[in-house]
Amino acid sequence: MGHDHPHDHGHDHGHDDFPGHDHGTLKSYSVGFILSVILTAIPFWLVMTKHFANPSTTAIVILAFAAVQIVVHMVYFLHMNAKSESGWTMLALIFTLVLVVITLSGSMWVMYHMNQNMQPTIEQIKALP
Amino acid sequence: MSDTQVQYSGTDRFLVREDHHPENGTLLGFWLYLMSDCLLFACLFAAYGVLGRNYADGPTGAQIFELPTVAVNTSLLLISSITYGFAMLEMQRGRVKPVLLWLAITGLFGAGFVGIELTEFHHLIADGYGPQRSAFLSSFFALVSTHGLHVSFGIVWLITLMFQVGKFGLTTANKRRLMCLSMFWHFLDVVWIGVFTFVYLMGVL
Repeated sequence: MGHDHPHDHGHDHGHDDFPGHDHGTLKSYSVGFILSVILTAIPFWLVMTKHFANPSTTAIVILAFAAVQIVVHMVYFLHMNAKSESGWTMLALIFTLVLVVITLSGSMWVMYHMNQNMQPTIEQIKALP
Repeated sequence: MSDTQVQYSGTDRFLVREDHHPENGTLLGFWLYLMSDCLLFACLFAAYGVLGRNYADGPTGAQIFELPTVAVNTSLLLISSITYGFAMLEMQRGRVKPVLLWLAITGLFGAGFVGIELTEFHHLIADGYGPQRSAFLSSFFALVSTHGLHVSFGIVWLITLMFQVGKFGLTTANKRRLMCLSMFWHFLDVVWIGVFTFVYLMGVL
């Protein structure tokens, strides 16, 4: 690298070292942080106060909050956008998300059906009419 | 080799007529590493999703998870994310001392997170609820401790970079390293969102 000599890094210099990368500002970090605090506090509050009587409703709502918060972190903290590195970071992210969805939903789906088709336990057989 | 778009242009210089390559592919390469790490966590999440209700007559999540502790841990990690962001903002201004200060604060919050998590593990294992107790606890320990191990290595990396920046200043190489650790640190916070939602909150429902 050509920076062996002592160098004065002024205000204008910092951005030129890594072109094609979004650095974020005080405003973007603050907005991301406040959104994250809200999106974290609400799920904890919902679960700890048992706000919804039906656990399934709570599960769906907190999963939705988690999905939104992940997007917030990606945008405000990891500075994801379609332009950085000519779009390759976004492409890698989309590919990874596809694999993650296949891994998670596929595992649960297959194993759920396998549990359904297992030989019944002795208690279940005794309970048969 | 006539279509390689490389042309001899006279004396001793080559002209490459294609898009400007980024000076360093390190940041893209590190992003690809994070994506592969994401797949690793996806497998652990899938294992927990499949095994998370197999209690083997042992304790359930509702019996052993303490949500107030998890809430404290979550806020520690979230605060460490914004303090690392402040370190990055000071890095852009080229100020060494504030960068070191914010990195130190970030490291302390990270250490607090790991400390609370280790205390939680210690209590569980002391009560006989170690990873060998049930499939639920095996997958729980595998997932949560892998995340904790990542945070621990992040702290080691952070301390190393504090010495680097303190000794050599904010050189281009050090800035690149700080940006890689920034991605790593924020990525771990993203994984933690999945952990506290999928494991802790849904575990006590």
